[in-house]
Amino acid sequence: MENVHAVEFVGITKRFGSVVANNNVNLYLDKGVVMSLLGENGSGKTTLMNMLAGIYYPDEGHLLIDGKLASIKSPKDAFAYKIGMIHQHFKLVDVFTAAENIVLGLDEEGKLDRKSINKKVAEIAKKYGFDIDPNKKVYEMSVSEKQTVEIIKVLYRGADILILDEPTAVLTPQETKKLFDVIRAMRNDNKSIIIITHKLNEVKEISDVVAIMRKGEHIATVRTSEVSEQQMTEMMVGRTVELNINRTEPKNIKPRLTLANITVRDSEGLKKLDDVGFVAYGGEILGIAGIAGSGQKELLETIAGLRRPESGSIIYTPDGEKPSELVGKTPMEIKNAGVALAFVPEDRLGMGLVGGMGMTDNMLLRYWNKKKGIVVDKSESKQLAENIYKELEVVTPSIDYPVRKLSGGNVQKVLVGREIASSPSVLMSAYAVRGLDINTSYTIYDLMSKQKEMGTAVIFVGEDLDVLLALADRIMVMCDGKISGIVDARTATKEEIGRMMTSLDNEGGR
Amino acid sequence: MNINIIAIIKAAILSGAPLLYGTSGEILTQKSGNMNLGVEGLMFMGGAFGLCGAFVYSNVAGANAIPLVAVIIAIICSFLAGVLGSLIFSFLTITLKANQNVTGLALTIFGTGVGQFVGELMRIGVGGNVSIPNNMKDVFANSPLPAFLRNIPVLGELLFSYNMFVYMGIIIVVIMWHFLNKTRKGLYLRAVGESPATADAAGINVEKYRYLATCIGGGISAMGGMVYIMTISGCVWNHTALSGEGWIAVALVIFCFWRPLNALWGSVLFGALSILYLKLPIPFLPTQIYKIVPYIATVLVLIFVSMKENREDQPPAGLGVNYFREDR
Repeated sequence: MENVHAVEFVGITKRFGSVVANNNVNLYLDKGVVMSLLGENGSGKTTLMNMLAGIYYPDEGHLLIDGKLASIKSPKDAFAYKIGMIHQHFKLVDVFTAAENIVLGLDEEGKLDRKSINKKVAEIAKKYGFDIDPNKKVYEMSVSEKQTVEIIKVLYRGADILILDEPTAVLTPQETKKLFDVIRAMRNDNKSIIIITHKLNEVKEISDVVAIMRKGEHIATVRTSEVSEQQMTEMMVGRTVELNINRTEPKNIKPRLTLANITVRDSEGLKKLDDVGFVAYGGEILGIAGIAGSGQKELLETIAGLRRPESGSIIYTPDGEKPSELVGKTPMEIKNAGVALAFVPEDRLGMGLVGGMGMTDNMLLRYWNKKKGIVVDKSESKQLAENIYKELEVVTPSIDYPVRKLSGGNVQKVLVGREIASSPSVLMSAYAVRGLDINTSYTIYDLMSKQKEMGTAVIFVGEDLDVLLALADRIMVMCDGKISGIVDARTATKEEIGRMMTSLDNEGGR
Repeated sequence: MNINIIAIIKAAILSGAPLLYGTSGEILTQKSGNMNLGVEGLMFMGGAFGLCGAFVYSNVAGANAIPLVAVIIAIICSFLAGVLGSLIFSFLTITLKANQNVTGLALTIFGTGVGQFVGELMRIGVGGNVSIPNNMKDVFANSPLPAFLRNIPVLGELLFSYNMFVYMGIIIVVIMWHFLNKTRKGLYLRAVGESPATADAAGINVEKYRYLATCIGGGISAMGGMVYIMTISGCVWNHTALSGEGWIAVALVIFCFWRPLNALWGSVLFGALSILYLKLPIPFLPTQIYKIVPYIATVLVLIFVSMKENREDQPPAGLGVNYFREDR
């Protein structure tokens, strides 16, 4: 029994056209072990896992499940080998209930007996500590609830090997903690779990072993307890990386945006922002922390003119000019005044980029109204695209290649790069590094810091508290549409911010 | 003015019957995520081939022809014509991933042409109006139910006096409702229409479900054309009779929120609107105005639905989108 692993990849190679996504990968995983799969964007982690889940089929090499040769040609085959994958983009039918989604595609005989399905779902939920209402429709669910449905869907099929593709990317710290409890419960149930992630602290926290991939190849598998974050990054990137954010002391800061008593309601009349007021200074990075949906998005949209506040004022003071009121101005006027919004939504292509167009044309979108004449002059946007391509190391066959076909991280580089290139005096970004690998994330942090040194007021909505603490000068914490406090990022602790995210009691530092 | 309510209701149900088939077939198709705009063409084909089948049978069998056999042949011929038309659509959109709207419109032109061709060919062949024996026509047009039911005052007229296609349509719709909402296969079909990627990842054969739903749905739609020709047109080919029926059926699908049971009253309502110019004529109002009423009603419903923003009443999320597994 010594040599029988739950899963073993033997000499797996997968090519897409001329691109080698995986090259001779040899990797194994034992029962009752949580393995992290770590690698940069495009290093072939998801491709490798898709072969285990039956989405792709390897060109060379084979898979062993419990020591036996396995041929997995479709997701259905994968279920037969008790393999289940929870994809990064959830695969759920919105108008179905949780239970309906869970039984989808099963070969069970007989008619659709919703009662017995609900009972079985409840059993699984109890066993691993989930919280789920089987009759709730998916479109009414939060991201974390949807993830729960995905996991139960896999467990319902009796999966012994679970693959989670970036499960924590969209979760709050509390939800992540809950997920990790579930993962531990599954490990104790002798299941094998593979987690694809970018977050090194999570790798340390949850996994027993970590497998590192670089450029489609498996570099090493090490025990998590025996390796430091610095070492992991070096194996992943292949060279020494500076993991410190270079935070300079803010110099000659001056008020740039002054918000007072801003209240915003959504179309249903619910208060999204309640009496919000703060000052953002030029030359500093103001981090914004908060549980997803606490009003961060609405705040940025209000400043950018995309939402009309019910009351309040936003005074904008550009360098060497008179202060002006932004409320009541059109988004175009605000943009032209130098307030840039680099908003990275969950759907990266949804807002800001046109998927079918190349980098050059997407650059043009930002400046279409700057030029006169009938014929489009592309020279400037081409130059800009070239610059972003080089500076941010965008991986693309050409700057005219449709951005839709780039990997997520590269799409993000294009989006953020374009906003920064407009040399704004206020730069707002939300979730700028969501889904980016560590190396690219630090490139983005670097860009933010440079903007700050140039005197820009940077507003950075982030998810990762460690990053906020290292990058920002001050951190404003939002809770339920209100500001629960502003703290100095140099002295604040994670626990302090975490408390403020969930309660409004702490009014300190305001 | 003396308005006979019962007569209006009866006429509405009779003229709604072809729509009921056209609509319920298209609901099944669209639930799989295939937007087949070729219903108009399918109904033409169904009408022409249905009549052709009954006509050829009555000629071949001569005096020995059994009317009920003619009915069955008409049903089978029209259904198969619809399956064939939908098979072209399915092959182009599901296997070759062609654009669904373009393919559907092409199918409308193709099907209308084929229907007209077959209809005219028969007409030239006999040198006049294509027709079948009167005893056969009666079986198509009269109620199959026993006399004691039909003779109940008011109720008999209102419930039991219709031709067999009305009752068959109701049965088809109820079966379809049961299938879509109460069975596993129905759940899987809806999943394919809502999110093919999800269905695929769950191990459901997306192509198989789409092919089957589109072809069976197309067959049912085409039967609507046959019902129109054999009942409303009186078993006579008339090359303008079916014009627009298919388009009203497509509009009805939206009007019914993609729910088979809604098609029951929806088709009666649209049937009523289409005969209103006969039953409730308003002097100087051109009949064309009456004919656009169903479309106006559909537009109003669309506006209403989009304002309500109820997630349950939306079209299947994957409607009109072809599925590639390796697409990003």
